[in-house]
Amino acid sequence: MNREEVRQAVVDILEDIAPDEDVSSIKDDISLREQMDLDSMDFLDIVMELRKRFNIEVPESDYQELVSMASCIKYLQPLLKDRQLAS
Amino acid sequence: MKRDWLKGANSAYDVVVIGSGLAGMTAANMLAKLGHSVLLAEHHYNMGGLATWFKRKGGHILDISLHGFPSGMVKTFRKYWTKEMADSVIRLKGIRFDNPQFKLITTFDKVDFTNILQERFGIVKEVIDDFFETARNMNFYDELKMTTRELFESFFPGRKDVWRFLMEPITYANGSTLDDPALSYGIVFSNFMDKGVFTYQGGTDELIKKMKKELIKNGVDIRTHCLVEKIHIEGKNVKGVKINGKDIECRSVLSNSNILSTIHKLAGDENFSSEFIKEVKKVRLNDSSCQVYIGIKKGEKIDNVGDLLFTSVAEEYDTEKILDKQVTSRTFSFYYPEMRPGLDRFAIVSSTNARFKDWANLSEEEYKIEKEKLIKSTLDALEKYVPDIRQKADYFEAATPKTFKRYTLAPTGTSFGTKFEGLKISRDLPKQINGLYHSGSVGIIMSGWLGAANYGVIVANEVDKFMRSLKNKIQEMAPTSV
Repeated sequence: MNREEVRQAVVDILEDIAPDEDVSSIKDDISLREQMDLDSMDFLDIVMELRKRFNIEVPESDYQELVSMASCIKYLQPLLKDRQLAS
Repeated sequence: MKRDWLKGANSAYDVVVIGSGLAGMTAANMLAKLGHSVLLAEHHYNMGGLATWFKRKGGHILDISLHGFPSGMVKTFRKYWTKEMADSVIRLKGIRFDNPQFKLITTFDKVDFTNILQERFGIVKEVIDDFFETARNMNFYDELKMTTRELFESFFPGRKDVWRFLMEPITYANGSTLDDPALSYGIVFSNFMDKGVFTYQGGTDELIKKMKKELIKNGVDIRTHCLVEKIHIEGKNVKGVKINGKDIECRSVLSNSNILSTIHKLAGDENFSSEFIKEVKKVRLNDSSCQVYIGIKKGEKIDNVGDLLFTSVAEEYDTEKILDKQVTSRTFSFYYPEMRPGLDRFAIVSSTNARFKDWANLSEEEYKIEKEKLIKSTLDALEKYVPDIRQKADYFEAATPKTFKRYTLAPTGTSFGTKFEGLKISRDLPKQINGLYHSGSVGIIMSGWLGAANYGVIVANEVDKFMRSLKNKIQEMAPTSV
């Protein structure tokens, strides 16, 4: 996956867990919580989806890496670099 | 011949969930959706745990714990269940207080509470804002130094009327007292203040029916009348469970049974370290409840006197008095026809917090008399709000801590799980035994409909992590069907 594909993977997950939010307008450098109504349960959902979809385990100590779209991509890209985006 | 409730069950599952309270059901649903084979075992014939109801002759349907939950439940239904369930959530706007210190009605949200605290109680806006901010910022992992009493004392010194306004509903919601950690108050209070109090239109029966359908759709093997007698543990690993005398293999167990029963009865102390058991023994159970169910005759109506009514004749808020068998405080939940559209029926449920020991040792005769007394005194209290209640109602029944114990198997019939220390024990279970998890009412904040369901998700995440690590290691599917 390239950077854009990793971003798309995160967008797909966000669309699933926050179906009422407009995910298309998310700004990468601002924290997700400031742009969407996300609570700690939502972040847990992101972690569960990453495990389900890509078999990636995000340890609790790394949860802060998921704070913004940019930090998500930075954290996930090395882990996803050999994967194909599911069509 | 006795029916075999395990007929057709597999000999092994990935996960066995013990108990179908809201935490157990939500966890089972998540785990099945994540691709695990799940057996959900419930000893009772009904599912739901304390999220339950009963039906009686004359078309009466009585809800046990549908008093009201925070708006967060909408999201929880939507994400972990179905949109249909989320769409059935409606708001309750008439929350009433009536006690010697004040009488008022509120929509039970931050805006209205701020107004009332300012205008009625004369508190300065800045102090109110600061209080809400402080409560909102509490986290369950914070230090436990401050009690709710100290929290109130620092914001509203000596203002027992304000304390009562802020505390009484939460005592009913989660059993917490002034002497419990402030955060167990702050988190639950803030959840409600966010948007108010909500309920499920259609009633508990409709909700549990939908949940059952969803569980089946997602592949959960639901077994009612199935009592889990033992969790089999070898070395430090879960190997299976014994249900109705039959052994079933599994790699992990998620117990929605009470945390103390899970450790002492189902797993057995011998499987844990002695330091851990020492900590377990310090866990205090929460108190229980009494309820009186009042079914209004078919065709009769009662005026709208509010949805939730917190009444007390006690001069001040007092934890001991709230628990006392000489009842001074009651919460009435009024169920109007909007609750179950199409049925056009009314019902009233009175709840009081209560101690198991006050009810446990009565003779059969005494117990019967005490229950009658409870019904009578409840109707006396209710007459103030619904004057002709004795003519309008034709069904009366009482539940005591003993009743709660019988149906939930929770020790001392606790209706709010354990005090705060139970949470750490619940979280640490898998560190003691690989594959053993607990979810359910612990530590007050994980109680109530929202707390229980969300804690189910939190633990389902842990179980999924564990099962995946096993599957990754072995690279083959463990369960086999017979």
